[in-house]
Amino acid sequence: MASTVDASSRQGFKLSQLIYDTRYRSLTIQAIAMALLVLFLSWLVSNTVQNLSDLGKDFDFGFLGQRAGYDINQTLIPYTSGSSHARAAIVGILNTLLVAFLGCILATIVGVIAGVLRLSKNWLVARLMTVYVEGFRNVPLLLWIIAIFAMMTEATPQPRDFREGGTASMWLWDSVAVSNRGVYIPAPVWGPGSTALIIVFVLSIAAIIGFRRYAFRRQEATGVLLPILPVSLALFFLPSILAYFVLGGPVSLAYPELGGFNFQGGLHMRNSLIALWLALSLYTGAFIAEIVRGGILSVAKGQSEAAFALGLRPSRTMNLVILPQAMRVIIPPLISQYLNLTKNSSLAIAVGYMDARSTLGGITINQTGRELEGMLLLGLFYLVLSLIISGAMNVFNARMKLKER
Amino acid sequence: MSDTHAQTARFVRESMLPEREPPLAEVGAVKWVRENLFSGWLNILLTVVSAVVIGWILLHIVPWFWNSVWKAGSLSQCREIRDEAFGPGASSACFAVITDRWHQLVFGFYPQTLYWRPVTALIVFLIAASPVLFPRLPRQALWFSAISPFIMFWLLWGGSVWAPLSVLLGIVLAYVAFRIASRFVSPVLAMLAGVAVAVLCWGLLAGPLTTDMSRILPIRLRAVGSDDFGGFMLSFIIGVSAIILSLPLGILLALGRQSDLFFINKVSVAFIELIRGVPLIVWLFTASLLLNYFLPPGTNFDLMLRVIIMVTLFSAAYIAEVVRGGLAALPKGQYEGADSLGLDYWQSMRLIILPQALKISIPGIVNTFIGLFKDTTLVVFIGLLDPIGLSNAIRASTDWNGVYFELFVFIGLMFFICCFSMSRYSIALEKKLQREHR
Amino acid sequence: MSDVAHEMQTSRAIDRSQMQVSDEVAIQITDMNKWFGQFHVLRDIDLTVYRGERIVICGPSGSGKSTLIRCINHLEEHQAGRIVVDGIELSNDLKNIDKIRSEVGMCFQHFNLFPHLTILENCTLAPIWVRKVPKREAEETAMHYLTKVKIPDQANKYPGQLSGGQQQRVAIARSLCMRPRIMLFDEPTSALDPEMIKEVLDTMIELAEEGMTMLCVTHEMGFARQVANRVIFMDQGQIVEQNEPEEFFGNPQSERTKLFLSQILGH
Ligand SMILES: Nc1ncnc2c1ncn2[C@@H]1O[C@H](COP(=O)(O)OP(=O)(O)O)[C@@H](O)[C@H]1O
Ligand SMILES: [Mg+2]
Repeated sequence: MASTVDASSRQGFKLSQLIYDTRYRSLTIQAIAMALLVLFLSWLVSNTVQNLSDLGKDFDFGFLGQRAGYDINQTLIPYTSGSSHARAAIVGILNTLLVAFLGCILATIVGVIAGVLRLSKNWLVARLMTVYVEGFRNVPLLLWIIAIFAMMTEATPQPRDFREGGTASMWLWDSVAVSNRGVYIPAPVWGPGSTALIIVFVLSIAAIIGFRRYAFRRQEATGVLLPILPVSLALFFLPSILAYFVLGGPVSLAYPELGGFNFQGGLHMRNSLIALWLALSLYTGAFIAEIVRGGILSVAKGQSEAAFALGLRPSRTMNLVILPQAMRVIIPPLISQYLNLTKNSSLAIAVGYMDARSTLGGITINQTGRELEGMLLLGLFYLVLSLIISGAMNVFNARMKLKER
Repeated sequence: MSDTHAQTARFVRESMLPEREPPLAEVGAVKWVRENLFSGWLNILLTVVSAVVIGWILLHIVPWFWNSVWKAGSLSQCREIRDEAFGPGASSACFAVITDRWHQLVFGFYPQTLYWRPVTALIVFLIAASPVLFPRLPRQALWFSAISPFIMFWLLWGGSVWAPLSVLLGIVLAYVAFRIASRFVSPVLAMLAGVAVAVLCWGLLAGPLTTDMSRILPIRLRAVGSDDFGGFMLSFIIGVSAIILSLPLGILLALGRQSDLFFINKVSVAFIELIRGVPLIVWLFTASLLLNYFLPPGTNFDLMLRVIIMVTLFSAAYIAEVVRGGLAALPKGQYEGADSLGLDYWQSMRLIILPQALKISIPGIVNTFIGLFKDTTLVVFIGLLDPIGLSNAIRASTDWNGVYFELFVFIGLMFFICCFSMSRYSIALEKKLQREHR
Repeated sequence: MSDVAHEMQTSRAIDRSQMQVSDEVAIQITDMNKWFGQFHVLRDIDLTVYRGERIVICGPSGSGKSTLIRCINHLEEHQAGRIVVDGIELSNDLKNIDKIRSEVGMCFQHFNLFPHLTILENCTLAPIWVRKVPKREAEETAMHYLTKVKIPDQANKYPGQLSGGQQQRVAIARSLCMRPRIMLFDEPTSALDPEMIKEVLDTMIELAEEGMTMLCVTHEMGFARQVANRVIFMDQGQIVEQNEPEEFFGNPQSERTKLFLSQILGH
């Protein structure tokens, strides 16, 4: 106490300096803000502690090790009702990541196509894409999810309609069945020798990368560009096809077949997954289309004219001049669309798809009564996911910034 | 050596050429069709493919609409009427469900005799919003906008007029206190004084005032509970109140994120990232499952209010990012100019920076509102009856069991009309701002 | 006359030894007409450019000057008449367009450098991908021309880091790297500050001194007097008057030309 008085009197410190001196003012304000925040948080915590003890609960993550006791209809890793809640949570997280991953891919494809076509000179196709974009952007995603789910379950035939003489038939030479129980597609069966086939395939991918490198180096040296696309395609298909026949067809397809009241064999994609996937992709695709369109439009017209005037063909102009510039504009909002899609996948609840929210944040909470812990973990999962994605975006932005004076 | 060419014609035009019509191949429908639909094989392919897609969609939708039944008491009646008119199994929409239940989809279970109240509230809202959205209207109208929330609250929930009035009184007193205090102390302290006065007023004065005045001058409307709210009305109330309430909070967060003060900056960033990193649905479950844990024991309040609080916090984080964009878009000279006039931080923000930054942020705020309005459908998962929740309820009745797409089409169309017109507005505003900036 | 032009005349004498006009036709435009929708932008244009000519095109804004020179390398399509460049007729045939574009260089009012590429990459892009020149060689050529426009030391910067005058000189170098036989300029100096105009005009004069065939839309009348061998005045999409610069400025014939000159020369 005495020392403070000493120190302040030496510098001629007055209490009012805390408010009016710019050196201390900001510190004072921050100290007050911090005190208020700490007060508020401790108020929340004490309330929570009080409420928990009133209810006779504690704060404990031990329930994660206990037996879950419920079934999950789509599991990417082995899981039974005897597995732990932690494992159920992981199954749910993987399901979230699966639909988010599939959704990002399809949304990108749909969005890029729609965005480019909206700029097309073709009047009809441009209008059609405008209708798609505006239609999906201006209607709630949830409505699209349940509408598509209703279409899958109400407007598709039942498995028994596929019987001999029934009203429904399978698509693509009897390999795909779209029924109200889900979509059945052929499943690959990995026979002996398939490891060799996979190795051949991986090697041919490596060869493509190597060839591209070589081609560009050769272009730098001689100016002549080898035909990259045809060679890459040939390298992609030929070795694998050859190996397939040499190895005597190690991989075969198991086709879905009608047995009893349902399809057997093949890969079963649940309607919940498909409806969620399609709705997320089409909805996000509409936003991506606008991003792509905006990105391409953001490149000034003079850029392509300058490239044309130099004698570059339109396709080269697109690849060398327009796209590299448009990408800088497109990629940051594109990544935040991916983030949105991932968060929106929590609407899985509308169709009963077993994602992280349904397992960890749903059934587990209901069965154990651990609302606080469960929601905390669930929130943490989404938070970490989005921090990772936005971190990647920041790195990209810093790298790609145009150099200006 | 000659620099000019022998053949270089000296040329002077005696009479100007008149404007001529382009050659026939260059005008009219023929050219339009050739250029826009059939120039090059890729274009032809696109035309054909999109024609096929459009045809396929129309083939499914048109008969469904064309044969639709608009007057029936139940789905089975609908089917009977259809069988009679178009033959059994014909594709036919049963829009009778909309004619029968539209009032539920719009108002939820709000008492039918009182529909004039939400409608009046909507009109009040539109009047109040117009001076904000259209700067050409007189600025005095903003006073009406400022008190309109209290009018709307009273119209919607009813009860004694004195309850909203005493809340309003608290705000007015707080403002007066702020003005007086700011003459003597720094703005931050003055603001604290204002807040203190408001809290005191609400805590001590509001309760007795309401009861006493209600006895003396009993002006009241029939009270309607939040449970009866539903449909588009509910979506609208949640969306609008969240966006209005989140504006001040969002602006503060944006200022915090721009601030040089380390602690304030980090807290703002943490709050914004935390809110934006977690899906709304998780926040809604938090509101319905966990909010009671965080509040003093025994507090238990309206689910709708809880949802509005949660959605407000949620949209504040998004608004903060929009406003931050607006702040960042201002030229640095504006900040320096404000500083050079000797204004302190709050003055320069209030008088110079924020008016401009908010103006450029309006399109972004409208877009946030569109997103929020669509997201209000998520409240169905915590038991509120938004349009989608009501569509489930309608389907659960025996009369309309099995009606799906008619309801979806109606709900989707309503959302589309609202969101599309708002997004047009925001695009128009953005264009206008761009023109002004040049 | 503008100050810049005065300065130029006193500062440096122009070496006319290489500026020779040959009998060879570089560009032949006959009866060319162009419409934008219903709007008749170019009307009955007849113009023959011989190799080595330096032609300045002037005229009020909106008279179709830009459209005319953009038609020459097919940035715009014409609807009637013929355009023959270096013996190649402009048609919708992609091969012809490619050939003509690699013969004809163009500089724009707003430079249109590629902001995502360095100065050097801007200059080597087209030689590598169109002319199929090895990278090393393309870079050598680029450095040669960058030295010529006096900015070799900026080669690894990005366009955004250069001043307007420097950017326009890079744009000229970029065109030259394709070794064109004809250069088109569309108001190359009108987006520049006065002190930068001179450096760009100097570069263009140097080009002229080496005998480049040039078609230049500009309102720099000093440049027109000193460098051009022909001045063309356009109005309402048509060529109203053309003459040698001395005659054109000293004794304009058409009323429109007189009016235009009095406005632009500020008398
Ligand atoms: N792409 C276009 N579409 C329609 N009209 C155009 C287009 N480009 C130019 N114009 C019109 O053609 C006329 C001539 O333009 P331009 O050749 O740019 O004139 P200048 O270069 O002489 O100023 C102007 O009236 C202009 O508005
Ligand atoms: Mg022009």
